[in-house]
Amino acid sequence: MTSASLSNDPSTNLSNPRRERLQQLGRRALWRLAGGVLVLWAVATLTFFALRLMPGDPVLAILGGPSGNPTAETIAEATREYGLDKPLPVQYALYLGRLVQGDLGVSYSQHLPVTRVLAEQSWPTLELTFSSLALAWLLVLALTVLTAGRRRWVGKVASLAETLSAALPHFWLGILLLAVFAFGLRLFPPAGSDGWRTLVLPSFALAIPLAGFIAQVTRESLDLTLDQPFILTARTRGLSDFKVRFKHALRHAVLPGISLSGWAIGALISGAVVTEVIFSRKGLGRQLFQAVQAQDLPLTIGISLVVAAGYVLANILVDLLYLWVDPRQQGSAS
Amino acid sequence: MSELTLGTPLPAIRVQRTPRVWRVGPLLAVTFLLLVVIAAIVPQLFASSDPLAIVPRDAFHPPSWAHWFGTDQSGRDIFSRVIYGTRQSLFIGLAATAIAMSIAIVLGLLGGLGGARIDRGVGWLLEVLFAFPSLILALLFVAIFGSGIGPLIIATGLGGAPGYARMVRGQVLAVRNAGYIESAKALGHPPLRIIIRQLLPNAMRPLIVTLTMGVGQAIVWASALSFLGLGARPPAPEWGTMLSMGRDFIANAWWLTFFPGLFIVLTTLSTTVAGRYLQQRLEGRLS
Repeated sequence: MTSASLSNDPSTNLSNPRRERLQQLGRRALWRLAGGVLVLWAVATLTFFALRLMPGDPVLAILGGPSGNPTAETIAEATREYGLDKPLPVQYALYLGRLVQGDLGVSYSQHLPVTRVLAEQSWPTLELTFSSLALAWLLVLALTVLTAGRRRWVGKVASLAETLSAALPHFWLGILLLAVFAFGLRLFPPAGSDGWRTLVLPSFALAIPLAGFIAQVTRESLDLTLDQPFILTARTRGLSDFKVRFKHALRHAVLPGISLSGWAIGALISGAVVTEVIFSRKGLGRQLFQAVQAQDLPLTIGISLVVAAGYVLANILVDLLYLWVDPRQQGSAS
Repeated sequence: MSELTLGTPLPAIRVQRTPRVWRVGPLLAVTFLLLVVIAAIVPQLFASSDPLAIVPRDAFHPPSWAHWFGTDQSGRDIFSRVIYGTRQSLFIGLAATAIAMSIAIVLGLLGGLGGARIDRGVGWLLEVLFAFPSLILALLFVAIFGSGIGPLIIATGLGGAPGYARMVRGQVLAVRNAGYIESAKALGHPPLRIIIRQLLPNAMRPLIVTLTMGVGQAIVWASALSFLGLGARPPAPEWGTMLSMGRDFIANAWWLTFFPGLFIVLTTLSTTVAGRYLQQRLEGRLS
């Protein structure tokens, strides 16, 4: 979109570095989107065949799992009804055909259209992921930019805090937060997914380890950056320490952190599975966990696809952000 | 009051002092890791009681002199269970990281050195693997191949591989055109020798911190899978499984979840601190 509208603009023929850069970013975004579609196809294919390799008959999953105890006729009927009697390649082709039309099928375990389940469950997870990422970056900036290159002990204490929080597994942190703030102090509800109060503890459980991770990398590069000649130049120009840190050093120092953020989205979604289970939150993570256990093929693929799509989109954004922050990467980008 | 000369004169050049704090940190970390390794090999050395022995009338005892970490719902000694759980958690972490790193080096070298077309292929493969967040990849993997230690390790390793591969690739690209590579080429060294002697060591050096943290992270991910009930079966002493069981009693028996988790944290922390120290030593900027 961006690339097309920009190239129609006659003024792009003139060399305008900023516009050229935008155009390049747009082209890269399109290229990445096309790649993303391929990735989604691979995800759907992999998940489909992986789940069909699973031990156990999917028909039994449809008919209520191990406790269903269906008769032979019911099994035969359900097998026909869900098209499970056809050869696997045909099933795959049919599935893919429906997928292209946006039909994800009907969940085996919930007997609801998968798209409806996804629509219901996506928002709480999205909410959790974004609030955690934002919270994590807030903690990172507060910890690193303000403490890097200060007195030795300040750095030591901050660095210890980062190392410690990066080592905290979110399921343990989640349980501790639950024990202290929900059961002990009764400040926040222990379970549920309605309202911001239910979001606080899970967000912290996810954000604290992540912040520790990003902060370690950011601090290291910030320390290196603060020793660079251009920082000295900026200081000799009379810039305040605050400005030097936020306007000059940070731009260089956030690069490793930004590229970690792409990875972080994946880690957050992984973490969301555990966190949603602990806090009994609605969401894709818990739903996926249940779907895998119930051998709910359509729902599992559906959630995998949504997660993958979210991940692909987030990474395109991270990629563009990276290029934007560091123009030096441009040469190798296209 | 004005005897300024009494103060010890400052040296003209500030002597680089060796920081005591970091020296104590790595020492503690390495000591802890050493104890963990010993506990993994001979748990009998630390734990006196059987980790599986049930004593129903001793159920839910808080930490005391007799039971340092308290007892669980069946009266089993939690300290013994944590000690006996060391072997599994450590093994899982190391094996998973080794698998992840092996895949990553192959993919990273292929991508970084194989030319534009192969690089694109590798990039795409990584993209696909990345699109499955590690725990979800592991979840699918465990669902297909069943729960147990083997699938758990491969699943955890597979989940970590794309991240490392991307870093290796980036490092290879960054190092590829360095002066020492040029000079090695000019000296007529064969490519494989350059890769092994110059390229890999230099490309991997910045990854050491990530890698050591990776062992800890692998332990965490594996515990997460066990926590979800996909790893070791409940009576077995495994940190993640113990956490998961203790979760039901969190409101009145905190020690059931606290201590296994504490050991996960301490192990992860130690691998990080030790790895960081190692990196400083390797880079020669221990100042």
